[in-house]
Amino acid sequence: MSFIPTTKKDTEDMLELIGVTSLDGLFSDIPKEIKHIGAVDLPEALSEIEADMLLSRLSDGNRRLSVFAGGGAYLHYVPPVVDQLANRSEFYTAYTPYQPEVSQGTLTAIFEFQTMMCRLSGTEVTNASMYDGATALSEAALMSVRDNKKTRFVISSAVNPRYREVLSTYGWANDLEVVTVPAAGGVTSLADIAARLNDETGAVIVQSPNYFGSIEDVEAIAGKLSGTKTNLIVVVTEPLSMALLKSPGSLGADIVCGEAQAFGNPVGFGGPCLGFLSAKNRFMRKMPGRLVGKTTDSKRNDAYVLTLQTREQHIRRDRATSNICTNQGLCALRAQVYLALLGSRLRDMAILNHRLAGLLKRTLSEIGVTPVFDAPYFNEFVVRVNNARKIRDALFDKGYLVGILLEDDYPDLTDCLLLACTELNAPPDIDALAIDLKASLTS
Amino acid sequence: MSDIPKDLKYTEEHEWVRMEGSVGVCGITDYAQEMLTDIVYVELPEVDIEIGQGEQVAVVESVKAVSDVYAPLTGTIVEINEELEDSPEMVNDDPYGEGWIFKIEIENDDELEELMDAEEYAAFIESMEEEE
Repeated sequence: MSFIPTTKKDTEDMLELIGVTSLDGLFSDIPKEIKHIGAVDLPEALSEIEADMLLSRLSDGNRRLSVFAGGGAYLHYVPPVVDQLANRSEFYTAYTPYQPEVSQGTLTAIFEFQTMMCRLSGTEVTNASMYDGATALSEAALMSVRDNKKTRFVISSAVNPRYREVLSTYGWANDLEVVTVPAAGGVTSLADIAARLNDETGAVIVQSPNYFGSIEDVEAIAGKLSGTKTNLIVVVTEPLSMALLKSPGSLGADIVCGEAQAFGNPVGFGGPCLGFLSAKNRFMRKMPGRLVGKTTDSKRNDAYVLTLQTREQHIRRDRATSNICTNQGLCALRAQVYLALLGSRLRDMAILNHRLAGLLKRTLSEIGVTPVFDAPYFNEFVVRVNNARKIRDALFDKGYLVGILLEDDYPDLTDCLLLACTELNAPPDIDALAIDLKASLTS
Repeated sequence: MSDIPKDLKYTEEHEWVRMEGSVGVCGITDYAQEMLTDIVYVELPEVDIEIGQGEQVAVVESVKAVSDVYAPLTGTIVEINEELEDSPEMVNDDPYGEGWIFKIEIENDDELEELMDAEEYAAFIESMEEEE
């Protein structure tokens, strides 16, 4: 192709072809009130010193909170080596690794990320990553449709509410029927799922540990679906749990997807995230995005390449497997470095998380704040306190982010807070929270 | 020069049909497999589905591209070549024989008249190559 930009005549010809008289006409469906007219109002440029001073003043306004919130984004320790390696320009500025001869580093890292996620999730194939957990779930649903041609989904209400919203948007655009199952008692009952199954059901979707932190009986659900064409999609938003619990794949999940931010990625203003999509081998050619494969070069050395990319948009255009033909390469690299660094000690990290969450639970029980559900959990659980919204705000003023208020998404869970605990919530922090929480409750 | 057997019918999407009674055996032509180069996967249709002439029915994936295969005739899929799941390269090695893709019980003999014979298909390929 030539790289000459469109001429005025080209533009006019194209507009004429689609029956529009001007470029403004092309954008006429954008409401006037949200269109910006005129120049962008930016202040004068600053010198480097002035910019440094300004940013320092702004950052002085930041407050370091003691965080006990999770709900799909987890504050874990990120070892400095992750930043050191991820900030190397070969990785940091690299574009899509379409040319294997100049991208072996990136390709090797992604291949290892795929391998690690397969081992953790108990599946056979993982793609090079997705935008985030919600996207990964929605793409998993579409992948299930490509597998069994069934467009009805039964989803637990204990799947992260944001994920369910994104799925319903995808569902609206793809004519999917989404049926929600209640999760009374903090877990999804097999009977409630079974009551909603029929021959048209493409997949059952549960999250484990679920949004309330409870561990679902994935094995029983898989058993119920065995022998049918209905897939089981298991969502995981705290991937560290897979280092301690039996893997979803080994329990019978067909597709495992979710969020891997917890591996070496910060919690930065809600992003960037790291969606992962893993599945049994039979989904390999139905997977969106891209996979990195291992082969040998002409000298018999190991070599890595983007494989199965013939299904992507740049080749298959409107018949591409998915509209998503990108990945979160740098976030996946961070996850890979983190996992390579921890190795088999990842399990120890998971045990530490679980124990600290147990300590938090006991410590809060001692001041009369008791868990709402009694299901097994990993590192998150729900408590009820009177005037939860007020208590949350009061604790925020004392320097705590004390979990997520559930009543906005779950009206029947009034005054409930979802608390999370990681290795960054040391026992003294837990004690301090208990003291301040007790004071807030009695004031 | 590609192999174009005389006893077959052809489409402009490079599918071939061999009639065996009321059943049409279908695959992709020698020319198509040459263009695609090494075929690594064939996505087969399901047996018993009804399909209209020109509808997408299978997918052939090569190292270079993914191409749709269209039904040359209206009818019902009665058999698929399951051996291609493990040996997709048969489409390259023997496109008109062991590399057949699906068999279709046809509904309407008149549609056969719309397809090209070997001579017409040869001319069609030639005109395409001239355009390039």
